[in-house]
Amino acid sequence: MTLTTANPACVLTGPHFLDGDCACSEGAIAAGANFAAGYPITPSTEVVEHFASRIPTVGGVFLQMEDELASSIAILGASWGGAKAFTVTSGPGFSLMMEHIGYAAMTETPCVFVNVQRGGPSTGLPTLPGQADMMQARWGSHGDYEIIALCPNSPQECFNLMIDAFNLAEEYRTPVLVMMDECVGHMTEKVVIPPAEEIKIFPRRYTSLPPSEYLPFRPGPDGIPEMAKAGQGYHAEVTGLTHDEHGYPAMNWQAQHKLVSRLVGKIRDNADRIGRWEEKGLEDAEVAVVAYGITSRVAERAMQMARAEGLKVGLLRPVVVWPFPEKRIRELSLRVRAWVVVEMNYGQMVNEVERCAAGHARTVLLGHGGGTVHEPEEILKAIREAAA
Amino acid sequence: MSTFINPVEPFLRADRMPHIWCPGCGIGTTVNCFARALVESKLPLDNVAVVSGIGCTGRVAGYIHLDSFHTTHGRAIPFATGLKLANPNLHVVVYSGDGDLIAIGGNHFIHAARRNVDITVICVNNLTYGMTGGQVAPTTPVGATATTSPYGCFERPFNLPFLAESSGAVYVARWTAFHVRHVAHAMGEAFQKKGFSFIEILSPCPTLYQRRNKMGDGLETMRYYKQHSIIKNGAKTHDVDINLQGEIIVGKFVDIERPTLQQTMEQQLRQTLKDRYAG
Repeated sequence: MTLTTANPACVLTGPHFLDGDCACSEGAIAAGANFAAGYPITPSTEVVEHFASRIPTVGGVFLQMEDELASSIAILGASWGGAKAFTVTSGPGFSLMMEHIGYAAMTETPCVFVNVQRGGPSTGLPTLPGQADMMQARWGSHGDYEIIALCPNSPQECFNLMIDAFNLAEEYRTPVLVMMDECVGHMTEKVVIPPAEEIKIFPRRYTSLPPSEYLPFRPGPDGIPEMAKAGQGYHAEVTGLTHDEHGYPAMNWQAQHKLVSRLVGKIRDNADRIGRWEEKGLEDAEVAVVAYGITSRVAERAMQMARAEGLKVGLLRPVVVWPFPEKRIRELSLRVRAWVVVEMNYGQMVNEVERCAAGHARTVLLGHGGGTVHEPEEILKAIREAAA
Repeated sequence: MSTFINPVEPFLRADRMPHIWCPGCGIGTTVNCFARALVESKLPLDNVAVVSGIGCTGRVAGYIHLDSFHTTHGRAIPFATGLKLANPNLHVVVYSGDGDLIAIGGNHFIHAARRNVDITVICVNNLTYGMTGGQVAPTTPVGATATTSPYGCFERPFNLPFLAESSGAVYVARWTAFHVRHVAHAMGEAFQKKGFSFIEILSPCPTLYQRRNKMGDGLETMRYYKQHSIIKNGAKTHDVDINLQGEIIVGKFVDIERPTLQQTMEQQLRQTLKDRYAG
């Protein structure tokens, strides 16, 4: 697939002072998003407020829907209508959207869901940060599927990762989740928006076959089918039922195995290509900290403090959280003594780290229920204990 | 010898036949009307998309040989809203059942009517949940028996035309599966209508509703529709409640003009943004 570049009319090239929510919105627009539907929910609302203000001036639609169920399927209808579409929410709304993440996975509908995480469960802490939806992101919809989820730790990265999210959604024909948190969403920093020609866009995989030869769910050589836009005579049938290559419902285990193994495989088999993480100070590390989102920035401060004390500490920050950087954690577990996993929850990604460490390195959780970021000193203390 | 081709056959995915509907069910009859309405409307078929939710009527989209979307339970209307706004050239028809559109999807129904989204909503109302085995629905008449109202339904049902009109629909009609020509004609009118058009079609569910309520089979229900329907075009929608027994008021109740969502959106944005509006 030949990459194209962003439409210059959509890209506000230059330095800006933006919060993460607005940077996320600008990233979506730069990526070519021309449809968003959403329902107001703190702390994510600024993303759609910004989009609602900007999109009529560059071409596109924002619709505030009656709830998150409506928002999360309106974007799927829009995607089949030819739009690049996304929705934005936070915890309670994310719970309501789960069914449509599954529907998007099953129907291979390119789309992006943003969750600006707050403290939970339930209504929880609407205005304060959390990172407790990470496993919901992975497993929240029923049935078997693989998901791609990205986790920015700055407004700049909110911008950058929205472009990546849309590109991955198109490349793999899958819903992509962007798992922000309240701190990243509401912090204001410098965001440099590059020139449009430097922003690479993965175009939709539209078929070039005539309708008579086209099967809507026949996988290409890379396991991913080509799409047909509604209104062009392809008469594709799209269903959330288990289906065959025609898109026709097929209620038997053979069709189920064929379809679901392909849906899982197209992401699982490409985990190395999709996966991305950042490493700091891991070359000689005896203790490695794993942190993502806003927590990674506090963890980096703690790492510097520990280094100043002479402790050999490094940091691994998953940027793509799903698929998890499994292979890298396995490799590093053979040479670090301990992992310290810092997250604003009572233990989610730590289970992945512990699974990958497979007993080769000790795994320690430093978690809490959200509402505030960790103090660097607490992380330092955990590092010292792990190093002892 | 010439080969007879059923005039609706080109509109169906023949390779998906036989369909799942029971003998005596009215859904297939409405699909026949739909195909005839499409022929007569001369709409460019490649621009027609059918969106269904879940349930017996939810299977309609899958049998129609057009761009067709079988979505999640209750969410056909917001899917259709996104589809239509992303591609305004499409003629989007939502085709689903009473449980799907009015129970789980009720919120979307009233909001799409309020916004006047330019779609046609066809609701086949069999007064029950057929696919799951005949449970009570928000359309089940008081006194009717269902698996989850074994001693008779005690909740007042929705009057769908009244709900549609009060929410803002620009076209509202009710017919039964007996009134095949009226149904096809109403569909044709709805296709031409700009805005949220709504057609309720009462349909027998002989397997689960009529049988349980000792109302006979599909044919007897057709006879009932024939004998008890009263055509009252322009009737006040608050007067058209459906009861367990008694008359069924059918006809075209509402046919008004009101700007669509697309029109009000564009007008507002153009007026405010002037030449900054990118359209």
